[in-house]
Amino acid sequence: MSYIPISEKDKKEMLARIGVDSIEQLFSCIPENIRLKGDLNLPAPLSELELLEYFEEKGRKNSYEKYLSFLGGGAYDHFIPAVVDYLSSRGEFLTPYTPYQPEVSQGTLQVIFEFQTLICQLTGLDIANASLYDGATGAAEAVLMAYRIKNKKRLLVASNLNPEYRQVIYTYTKNLGLEVVELPYEVTGKIDKKGLESSLNFETSVILCQSPNYFGVIEDIKSLADSAHQHDALLAVVISEPVSLGLLEAPGKLGADIVTGEAQSFGLPLSYGGPYLGFMACKKDFVRQLPGRIAGQTVDVEGRRGFVLTLSTREQHIRREKATSNICTNQAYCALRATIYLETLGRQGLKKLAWLNLQKTAYAIEQLTSIPGVSRKFNGPVFNEFVLEFPEAWEKINQRLEEKGILGGLGLGKHYPGLEKCALITVTEKHSKEKIDRYVQALKEVLR
Amino acid sequence: MINVIREPLIFEISSPGKTAVKLPELDVPEKKDLLNGVPVRNDIEGFPEVSETEITRHFTRLSQMNYCVDFGFYPLGSCTMKYNPKVNEKVASMSCFTSSHPLAPEKLVQGNLELMKTLEKLLCEITGMDAVTLQPAAGAHGELTGMMLIRAYHTAHGNPRKYVLIPDSAHGTNPSSAHICGYTVKEIKSSEKGTISVEDLARVMDEEVAALMVTNPNTLGVFESDICQIADIVHAKGGFLYMDGANMNALAGITRPGDMKVDVLHLNLHKTFSTPHGGGGPGSGPVAVKKILEPYLPVPVIEEKDGQYYLNYDRPQSIGRVKSFYGQFLVMLKALAYILALGPKGIREMAEVAVLNSNYIRKSLEGIYHLKYDTPTLHECVFSDKYQKDYGVSNLDIAKRLLDYGLHPPTMSFPLIVHGALMIEPTETESRRDLDLFIEAMKAIDREAKENPELLKSAPHLTYVRRLDEVQAARNPILRWEKKE
Repeated sequence: MSYIPISEKDKKEMLARIGVDSIEQLFSCIPENIRLKGDLNLPAPLSELELLEYFEEKGRKNSYEKYLSFLGGGAYDHFIPAVVDYLSSRGEFLTPYTPYQPEVSQGTLQVIFEFQTLICQLTGLDIANASLYDGATGAAEAVLMAYRIKNKKRLLVASNLNPEYRQVIYTYTKNLGLEVVELPYEVTGKIDKKGLESSLNFETSVILCQSPNYFGVIEDIKSLADSAHQHDALLAVVISEPVSLGLLEAPGKLGADIVTGEAQSFGLPLSYGGPYLGFMACKKDFVRQLPGRIAGQTVDVEGRRGFVLTLSTREQHIRREKATSNICTNQAYCALRATIYLETLGRQGLKKLAWLNLQKTAYAIEQLTSIPGVSRKFNGPVFNEFVLEFPEAWEKINQRLEEKGILGGLGLGKHYPGLEKCALITVTEKHSKEKIDRYVQALKEVLR
Repeated sequence: MINVIREPLIFEISSPGKTAVKLPELDVPEKKDLLNGVPVRNDIEGFPEVSETEITRHFTRLSQMNYCVDFGFYPLGSCTMKYNPKVNEKVASMSCFTSSHPLAPEKLVQGNLELMKTLEKLLCEITGMDAVTLQPAAGAHGELTGMMLIRAYHTAHGNPRKYVLIPDSAHGTNPSSAHICGYTVKEIKSSEKGTISVEDLARVMDEEVAALMVTNPNTLGVFESDICQIADIVHAKGGFLYMDGANMNALAGITRPGDMKVDVLHLNLHKTFSTPHGGGGPGSGPVAVKKILEPYLPVPVIEEKDGQYYLNYDRPQSIGRVKSFYGQFLVMLKALAYILALGPKGIREMAEVAVLNSNYIRKSLEGIYHLKYDTPTLHECVFSDKYQKDYGVSNLDIAKRLLDYGLHPPTMSFPLIVHGALMIEPTETESRRDLDLFIEAMKAIDREAKENPELLKSAPHLTYVRRLDEVQAARNPILRWEKKE
């Protein structure tokens, strides 16, 4: 198949205008010795029909859809209203570039402005950017931002932060001579207060926590903010399940200085891990240190409201190596989907969605822990994820559940030595009572 | 769209009690006091409340204020705004792909892993490199990953080194990525041909230089013909040659970075391989390396054993993760669909016609617009506003006037070595008719510059909004909607 609308006749006429005999000649600047002598060794071209059949065939090798899944841990299976797919598939949203020409990009720019507003409303902070790649890079950008603001090399990172996010923080910080200290967790599943006290000092730029954290437990943000501020440090809060913000107090209102996270839950399918949607919000004093694109409101020559990309002196295309981040292309299309999703749900919808998640999770906890030998590992308050401890290694139980068509959770042993008998279980509005009961029944049988 | 309809912000059309979604009722017994002791919110202050009709009209109207590739010619230089084939969207929306959880057991997602591995192999063949990571989320993220690989290698060999050399014609992400990786940037000046001077390079290259970052063809569209010699100079001092593959659309099927002695390269699937830009992402920035850098690739790495694919995390020399999970999976599917649809001859024709179209525009506008460098160019050409400046008209005015002709302007913000740049990259997916429309519009604008410069300086006249006050936007930032008191 070819997507080229230039005919052989066109080619001849165009070459004549250029004044060369062949297309080959246009490449004469490339030395002969590095030119390919023959064709690339690629498969022969497929027709559209064959292409679809090829992907359908590969898709059949995925059997995940056949399972009843309770997996979460940074990627959540939420219901997506039809308007999200329908409206976001418009070519006018899908096929423009970054809005460098605002006069013909008001659609994209207004969407970004609305997205920034929604993120501010949810996080309780003053300003938000247009998006970042994902929650993990958001967490890394947050600690780098805090370091730019406070200029102190010590960074405290919660050990109950999503393990992949921690790995990305290490990758980003290790070349910059920064000291990352992990904060231990306590029996509630929250950050350990004593551990925090012994690590926190005036050389610290930031405390980075996740809430609800990787164990699903809601952190005491106010107290963490107070501790940070008493030591001239910032509190950065990571949120990987932002549906929780439909019920939980906005972190900004509790003292968080930076809130970043993953907004995949807002209208993006699981998609085997991407594309997802990083977001970041902060207090307005820190706006010059915020990474990424920002849309702002202005007026045109006739005084009509319009939107532009602004504060670009923070960015790489102006500041080059002095920029706040190297990010350029971000996740605008994902932010569009999240904007449609959030505006569709609205004030009441998001609240109700969060409540459904909370209630169903509570039901699942009650039912699962009624099975002898199954108990909660941490007793702190949770939203839609929780950790259970089982009488034997989770991997063994998991295998037997899989045989019954159930993916019962994520084992914690891989990232937390000592928690081999534990699993992280996630429940959303898509888990009907019948599905939860099926899991409970299967687990009973497996443990019998 | 009819220009008189002004679309408000969603917050301004919100009214209490409306919603556009119907969620299921709770089917388990309700529990009270689940969040005892946790600060909860009674309300999401300011959050919109609208119906489904209003949502649909709001976004349909907003969409109509956007210029896009589906609508017309989009010659943003170095952005490769080619047509985005629709079958790719269909592939990427198949539920067998969109529904998979990233932490699903590997045996339940063999199709996903096989497709990713296939894409890696095809990208290796197209670039002439040995191994690929698909994890980076975009081009700049790929640059950062690439620089991290180089730093990891040097560190493992006793000295991370201090400097990265970057030509002054480079895109701004290059120096920024090198800086975030802990390097100090040394800029090298372009020669009068617009390319890297081998003599200058030899003078600054030493054993404290970790790498040279080169874009090839560079942002002028000029191929660095001395690339192999450049590589030898860098390699002789133990440095690496990094290639920014943003302009790979000029080379695919013609020549391969691997054969030019490039050590590490990032690709932009959202440029060369036709995946849509989405108004600013998601992109995807795979990084391809030679064997020597393979041990440092991010984890996990996709491997195959006895027909089964798995994720290998046991890579002690790896730089670690640069992102959650495995990268922009759905974007990868679109790029793979594109390569499979084109095949080897199609890939070559893609580069050939991209270069043909660019040279056709260049020839047609030569003499009317100023060309700072007369060096032959490949997939893009960079004019400047030098001739029109005589009439007080700048590249910005020319760009804004193009909007009135229903065309998207070229890139203007770089290369920094051409003042008043108009960087034009037509890509191969433009018809002769669309190319001629652009050429004629550019000629007409030149005439207007002489006869009625004010028409250009006050352009655009026909767009939804007219020229916007960017200075005020930055000086008094309004970055969110707020309820009027």
